Amino acid sequence: MAKNVGKIVGINGNMVSVETDGQVSLNEVGYILVGEQKLKAEVIRITGKRLELQVFEATSGIGIGNTVELTGDLLTVELGPGLLTQIYDGLQNPLPELAEQCGFFLQRGIYLSALPRKTEWDFTPSVIIGDTVTNGDALGTVPEGKFDHRIMVPFGLKGNYRVKEIKSPGKYTVDTEMAVVEDENGKTHSLSMMFNWPVKRAITSYAERLKPVKPMISKIRIVDTFLPVSLGGTYCIPGPFGAGKTVLQQVTSKHAEVDIVIIAACGERAGEVVETLKEFPELIDPQTGKSLMERTIIICNTSSMPVAAREASVYTAVTLAEYYRQMGLNILLLADSTSRWAQAMREMSGRLEEIPGEEAFPAYLESVIASFYERAGLVRLRTGEFGSVTIGGTVSPAGGNFEEPVTQATLKVVGAFHGLSRERSDARKYPAIHPLESWSKYSSIIDSNKVEYARDVLFRGNEVGQMMKVVGEEGTSIDDFLIYLKADFLDYVYLQQNSFDPVDAAVSVERQEYLFDILLDVLSGKFNLETKSDARQFFNRLRQSFLDFNGSEWQSDDFKKLEKNILEMINDKKIGKLEDTGIFQKV
Amino acid sequence: MRKVYSKIESISGNVITVTAEGVNYNDLAVVTSAHGESLANVIRMNGESVSLQVFSGGRGVSTGDEVRFLGHPMQVSFSENLLGRIFTGSGIPRDNGPALTDNMIEIGGPSVNPAKRIIPRNMIRTGIPMIDVFNSLVESQKLPIFSVSGEPYNELLARIAMQAEVDMIILGGMGLKYDDYLYFKETLEEGGAMSRTIFFVHTAADPIVECLLVPDMSLAVAERFALEGKKVLVLLTDMTNFADAMKEIAITMEQVPSNRGYPGDLYSQLASRYEKAVDFEGAGSITILAVTTMPGDDVTHPVPDNTGYITEGQYYLRNGRIEPFGSLSRLKQMVNKDSREDHRALMDGMIKLYAAYKESLEKKSMGFRMSEWDDKLLKYGDLFENQMMDLSVNISLEEALNSGWKILADSFTPEETGLRTELINSFWPKERILEKESN
Ligand SMILES: Nc1ncnc2c1ncn2[C@@H]1O[C@H](COP(=O)(O)OP(=O)(O)OP(=O)(O)O)[C@@H](O)[C@H]1O
Ligand SMILES: [Mg+2]
Repeated sequence: MAKNVGKIVGINGNMVSVETDGQVSLNEVGYILVGEQKLKAEVIRITGKRLELQVFEATSGIGIGNTVELTGDLLTVELGPGLLTQIYDGLQNPLPELAEQCGFFLQRGIYLSALPRKTEWDFTPSVIIGDTVTNGDALGTVPEGKFDHRIMVPFGLKGNYRVKEIKSPGKYTVDTEMAVVEDENGKTHSLSMMFNWPVKRAITSYAERLKPVKPMISKIRIVDTFLPVSLGGTYCIPGPFGAGKTVLQQVTSKHAEVDIVIIAACGERAGEVVETLKEFPELIDPQTGKSLMERTIIICNTSSMPVAAREASVYTAVTLAEYYRQMGLNILLLADSTSRWAQAMREMSGRLEEIPGEEAFPAYLESVIASFYERAGLVRLRTGEFGSVTIGGTVSPAGGNFEEPVTQATLKVVGAFHGLSRERSDARKYPAIHPLESWSKYSSIIDSNKVEYARDVLFRGNEVGQMMKVVGEEGTSIDDFLIYLKADFLDYVYLQQNSFDPVDAAVSVERQEYLFDILLDVLSGKFNLETKSDARQFFNRLRQSFLDFNGSEWQSDDFKKLEKNILEMINDKKIGKLEDTGIFQKV
Repeated sequence: MRKVYSKIESISGNVITVTAEGVNYNDLAVVTSAHGESLANVIRMNGESVSLQVFSGGRGVSTGDEVRFLGHPMQVSFSENLLGRIFTGSGIPRDNGPALTDNMIEIGGPSVNPAKRIIPRNMIRTGIPMIDVFNSLVESQKLPIFSVSGEPYNELLARIAMQAEVDMIILGGMGLKYDDYLYFKETLEEGGAMSRTIFFVHTAADPIVECLLVPDMSLAVAERFALEGKKVLVLLTDMTNFADAMKEIAITMEQVPSNRGYPGDLYSQLASRYEKAVDFEGAGSITILAVTTMPGDDVTHPVPDNTGYITEGQYYLRNGRIEPFGSLSRLKQMVNKDSREDHRALMDGMIKLYAAYKESLEKKSMGFRMSEWDDKLLKYGDLFENQMMDLSVNISLEEALNSGWKILADSFTPEETGLRTELINSFWPKERILEKESN
């Protein structure tokens, strides 16, 4: 189906130069013919007759003069029912099917349909002949897992269309003609359950974009309480290697209160994807009682897979997220790691011999990162419903130093920053998010005055800790020492959370609020503790009981027993409130 | 018969350029010069101008030398005949054995489909307590040894090679000192392991391009053996030399460097090698241990830094010991739950106490008074370093665990260890309990 052909005139790594006489557009897809194989590539620069294409495959064996078929189409994904539970590569090839066909290894030049063609979907129409529709409007629905998957008018159909034909209720495959619509000029269009959409173009078939306000519950205490993320918001997790970025995202992907999770494993280890892949089908989603896989899509372009497709993978992921948002759902996109995507851009920019910016990243790095995160958002659909895409991306800064281009460009555009610290991860204080250096612009599940009070204790405790390193415990006053112990206590029992404990791994909002109030009681309390060793002993004991308490099932007998014990312990030593507690006390 | 080109247009470093037709990207060629023959491969094509990197280097190549294209990328022979043999980075025998040309396979092949991978599940026992007890090595893991020159990292590799429970060993040497090369050879020969070993060795004196080939040659062969059901351990030393060789070529090709002169694709290049570590369902596996020396003992240097982002943990070798802090096997939890019931708890408990020992040591060095508890910790730290950390200790995992309990009992009362009562009841050395009672 080539629109136009060209010939290879140069090859440099995964970039080829092509000459053509025909008309071409930027980001158009071309196929390079190598023997029997056709290798997918994308036009990334046009200068007169000469084109540069990034090749999504290994370029071994390509020769000068080889033919390139230019398709005239941009790089697109297939949208329709059947996306959930899938495991795709960066170009939306289903990996399990690929494995069935090719065995252990990925074979270049094999592209399979993203959506299963044989599955029949139970269609219920929601329009009748004569109705007027436009892009993004539903023509009907099919059940997909627990969702009513909307069959929509393709987002590219601008203007109004009259429904001329619509299928009656029944079972159909994705490529069956479901409706015929007629535009204002009388031209008819045949619509099926699926259509293609260019990955680098945001889907905007909604009424308006709104400010994210509702919290996205992650069930991670330090996040929900201190460094919250809103539905439709953006956040980033920079951190040195081994600090816990991936584990944090894995835990979030399991427990977050959203409808759909899309995991974009971008240029990281294949082994980590395998963990998710093997684990999710066995895990039960507490909200639905079904397997977690039913709310998940995995886009997986791991570090040894072709680099150009790594760049495409984050766009593939966000396009699928936007698609489901059009159904009034909340989608969480987790990308690990955005640095690998930025590096893919850097490699290509180098081959194009563009003028390099800092650390050889291209000058447009910032704007590309910004426009990616801009695709998150809370929207009101034309139906009046709300939908959201929340994006969380990890960043892998060179040398663990946040003063590098990708971290800095990302920090400019996100709404929350969860910075992981080497010091905390070395001390096994997980999740190793630095509580004082990180920030969030979104609102917490807990009253902001209370949170501020606790944050202040952390801050002062940290100061005392620093001072103590110089003057020793001997040189510290008992009041200061108590602040230090309280901050340490808050860190141990609230900020730190055991991701591998069945109960502690995910803490409901209700429980966080409950726990936080007990904690505030301690933080704001005046205690009858005369000596430092008394004080240390008291807090050590309290901490131990609290850790057991955190591990007990919410409102179980054990929970109540431990709570009673803790309250007794506190009341035994507490003799009043500190003077500075006014800001959070209810009148 | 393929066409021979006899006009080399430019020679720059190890890269030559010829005008040629009908050549494909990555193809191999033979360059014949007064000094003999060398292989070269195509790394850039622009119209009919073809750039090749010459494996034996550009030195001594003249513009009138012959270039003959072979019509295929780099290959290596694969058969049982490889076992016990020693080759250079480009696959030429280094021993006195015959050249091998049967069953040629391509190197640098495609990656494994993630959907076909399985969760790692088998421990590789090494007899080194700091590995087996504290950071277990797992079959199909990729793990670097971060160290600095002067440390006994090659001795450590050789020892693991001798003791690890694997079917075969492939040693990829890059920029290896000749003495180190001989050391590996002698150690494996003496230990009777040579017959299950293959060497691809580039020594410091050999041409730099051959250094670049070593990981791909080693891993291509490893992959085939693994597919035939073999548990293969691949030892690479030193990956920093490999990265430096890449840097050299990148600079010759006038690529824009990204970080301290290294090319922007350093991460991808390293990852495509390390990700060859795999466990094939129903067949064998590849485990990779790779020495990465840290220039200036700086872990934020681009080579160890990028490596850390790729591998599944790291061992720090410092002062001749594997450091308990910083060293991490990210896969250990996959195997240490089924080894012995006290394994995990003992591992955590002993490390916590060792951390406390370090604090006491610091206090002591600052001149603070030592409490009774500090004294206990100091004794413990000493025992721990001598009986666990010392690399000459060579015992099974079970013996190491028992030895751990003994160290604890020599230093503390049971309550002071913070270990759970059930474990204490089953594992605390019996004679200690009797001693205590009789006191
Ligand atoms: N919440 C946690 N609880 C317990 N252990 C953790 C936690 N987070 C991380 N770890 C430990 O740290 C190791 C590394 O974590 P992780 O893989 O998430 O790091 P990362 O930041 O993604 O590193 P990289 O950048 O190299 O991918 C894990 O294998 C685990 O041993
Ligand atoms: Mg990670």
